[in-house]
Amino acid sequence: MNDLSLTILLASVLATAAPLIIAALGETLTEKVGVINLSLDGSLLLAAMVGFVAAYESGSFLLGFAAAAAIGAMVAALVGLFGIYLGQLQVAVGFALTLMCKDLAYFLGNPYARLQGPQLLSVKIPLLADIPLFGPMLFQQPLVVYLSLLLIPAIWWYLYRTGRGLELRAVGENPEAAYTRGIDPRRKQLLYTLAGGALVGIAGAAYSLGIKPGWGRPQGIEGIGWIALAIVIFGGWHPFKVALGALLFAFLQVIGISLQGIWPSVPAQVFQVAPFPLMILALLLVNLLQRESLQQGLRKRPGLALLLRRLQGAPPRALGQSFKPD
Amino acid sequence: MQIELQQIHKSFGNHHVLKGIDLRVDAGTIHGLVGENGAGKSTLMKILTGYLSRSAGRILLDGEEVNTADPATAAALGIGMLYQEPQDFPPLTVLENFIVGRDSHPDNHRGRQQQRLSELSEQVHFQLHGSDSVERLTVGERQQLEFLRLLGRDARLMILDEPTTGISDRQKARLFAALRQIREQGRTILLVSHKLEEIAALCDRVTILRHGLVSGEEDAPFHIPRLLELMFDQPPGSRAQPQQCPSGKLLLALDQVSTAGERTGLNGCSCRIHQGELVGLAGLSGSGQGLFLRLAAALQQPQTGAVSFRGISLSGRDHRSVRRLGGTFLPANRLEEGLIPGFTLTDHFTLAHGCSRSEAREAATQAIARFNIRATPESRVESLSGGNQQRLLLSLIPTSASLVLLENPTRGLDVASAEWVWHYLREQFCSQGALIFSSAELEEILAVANRILVFFDGRVVRDLPIDQVDYQDVVAAMTGG
Repeated sequence: MNDLSLTILLASVLATAAPLIIAALGETLTEKVGVINLSLDGSLLLAAMVGFVAAYESGSFLLGFAAAAAIGAMVAALVGLFGIYLGQLQVAVGFALTLMCKDLAYFLGNPYARLQGPQLLSVKIPLLADIPLFGPMLFQQPLVVYLSLLLIPAIWWYLYRTGRGLELRAVGENPEAAYTRGIDPRRKQLLYTLAGGALVGIAGAAYSLGIKPGWGRPQGIEGIGWIALAIVIFGGWHPFKVALGALLFAFLQVIGISLQGIWPSVPAQVFQVAPFPLMILALLLVNLLQRESLQQGLRKRPGLALLLRRLQGAPPRALGQSFKPD
Repeated sequence: MQIELQQIHKSFGNHHVLKGIDLRVDAGTIHGLVGENGAGKSTLMKILTGYLSRSAGRILLDGEEVNTADPATAAALGIGMLYQEPQDFPPLTVLENFIVGRDSHPDNHRGRQQQRLSELSEQVHFQLHGSDSVERLTVGERQQLEFLRLLGRDARLMILDEPTTGISDRQKARLFAALRQIREQGRTILLVSHKLEEIAALCDRVTILRHGLVSGEEDAPFHIPRLLELMFDQPPGSRAQPQQCPSGKLLLALDQVSTAGERTGLNGCSCRIHQGELVGLAGLSGSGQGLFLRLAAALQQPQTGAVSFRGISLSGRDHRSVRRLGGTFLPANRLEEGLIPGFTLTDHFTLAHGCSRSEAREAATQAIARFNIRATPESRVESLSGGNQQRLLLSLIPTSASLVLLENPTRGLDVASAEWVWHYLREQFCSQGALIFSSAELEEILAVANRILVFFDGRVVRDLPIDQVDYQDVVAAMTGG
């Protein structure tokens, strides 16, 4: 493989990963505060449709993304209303919303299927884009790619370096204790569920306006929401590791497409489906490697053991539980 | 600030817990609140902090009626509380726990907060490190952290619910000095405790609760028999003398066991425990006693060395094997490890005995009568007071158990309840097996155990039959002497 195709490969990994990173980071924010928004697979699709339609009708990307963010936040608001305030099972609410949003997206979006719509173009950052190899890969991308890459440290900073982030994590660990300290856990949970939902919405629009442009049935992003949910777990609820998981999945997808050209005799479906089971295998592997027996066996190789421990992450203790003050 | 509670009522469902409490606490005093387990002390305090709502009644601060609708409002009014069960965030660090909810400026500078934490720890001589994970602290240390957080807040009324549980005598002395110090600053302190000696040493005035009503108020100096009379329907007798149980066959053997955990880990611990022994584990909180119990319960595996129970090695076995062999473990953190919040008493008996619901309800009804638990078979366990939770846990131990491991079994219990617990445990288990317990109170160990293991810094530094114990020597050993 020469330099040029390597650059193209890596550039397309970054582009493919961008919406996935945004969606998974949104869900990380939501789950860190103790709420599971399971509706991702449906809300991504609905936001993709709404974003496309809004941009198509108005001709404005900004409006497209804003509408998609709003619809993502609206779906999250339903999770918040039923799951946080009415004490319903968050998983059940999220699951119902997944199915509803999916059908709604295809039904309402039908008139706009297969229309030629607006598409985000790559933005070349002067000077930086001229660096050999890395320049075109990193600095000649659609804006959402830059957004996704900036979000990773931004969310990390917010979670681990600000007071509000600390309160967010505290609520996710023990809402009752947070309540005794004068924090309103349900308000915090609603706030970050909405914020997470808005990011999921932006991720949806990033697909229909950029990475997989256009609207149609199938949209080609079915199942991505579930992958994003799995990546949050895989990434141990930590922004950097979550992003790493998203990049790994995107890499598997891109390499699948490349391999399709090399082995034309293998059915195309194999390459389309392969990233999903491979992702599950990766998840399994990480979990197996964290077993205590293996950790003890690795005591002679502290570097490797440390790396494995770093990959580990525990879920927020109050994840999925509703808090109700007396 | 002066606090006045007028005719406070509280019901949980049709369970009337507080039946019209009147209480006045003067500014700049330490006011004690005593009463039997389940008398309503904690409930009353949680109402004052806004954690629980009240069914009826008025709260006045400095003569003005206030509505402590939720903890945020109460905190803004200058009310802070140290809860009996630590209200903290285990995976976060000590410093982060110190900062969360501190005041209205969440973006507090970490460096300044770290400095504040160090200053406060210095002031009361606690040893807490900002970067440690709270997960690795003992219950006692977690309460210390909570206390420091309260100190650091500008609370004009500080409510402390059993604050001395699990801390050493030295730390207790420092804590009391600090409490007197902040009283001089004009702050008001409400101290909930069942330890009458502490109340007598600290308080200016004390209110006694019994069955949800005020049964009396006394001013310092206190006459302890009078307080006991007001607390209990009849004064509890003196503690029974320990019986010498005959020694029998070998039950538990630890051979050069080391493991990590708590603050100090456990290093090279060897010990044999026979049928008929009642072993007390003494030491400052987090010196290895908890690890000892968890190793014996196979809840933790040794890194080196071997543990065997009735001649069977526990290596690679889990807690279920220990239970099958007749071992049982009661953790200190009742609601986190011992009971399942949200489940009723009947549910717990169904799980413990693997029987039908009607049989379980029958068993629960019997246990309520026999163990004097204030609840119904359909009560959820989290609605029970600490003492009643402990009695429920005891009633769940299979009566055939041959090794009973208890972590601070009388933590938060009053004198009468504690005595009842020991009477039951001795009668039921001592002849057929062995009992091992940890306790923060040396007096308790000396009163009930027939053998003592003293832990210091993860090592067993004394292992003596109780009649050969020299009190001063044990106290010195606990602190490294």
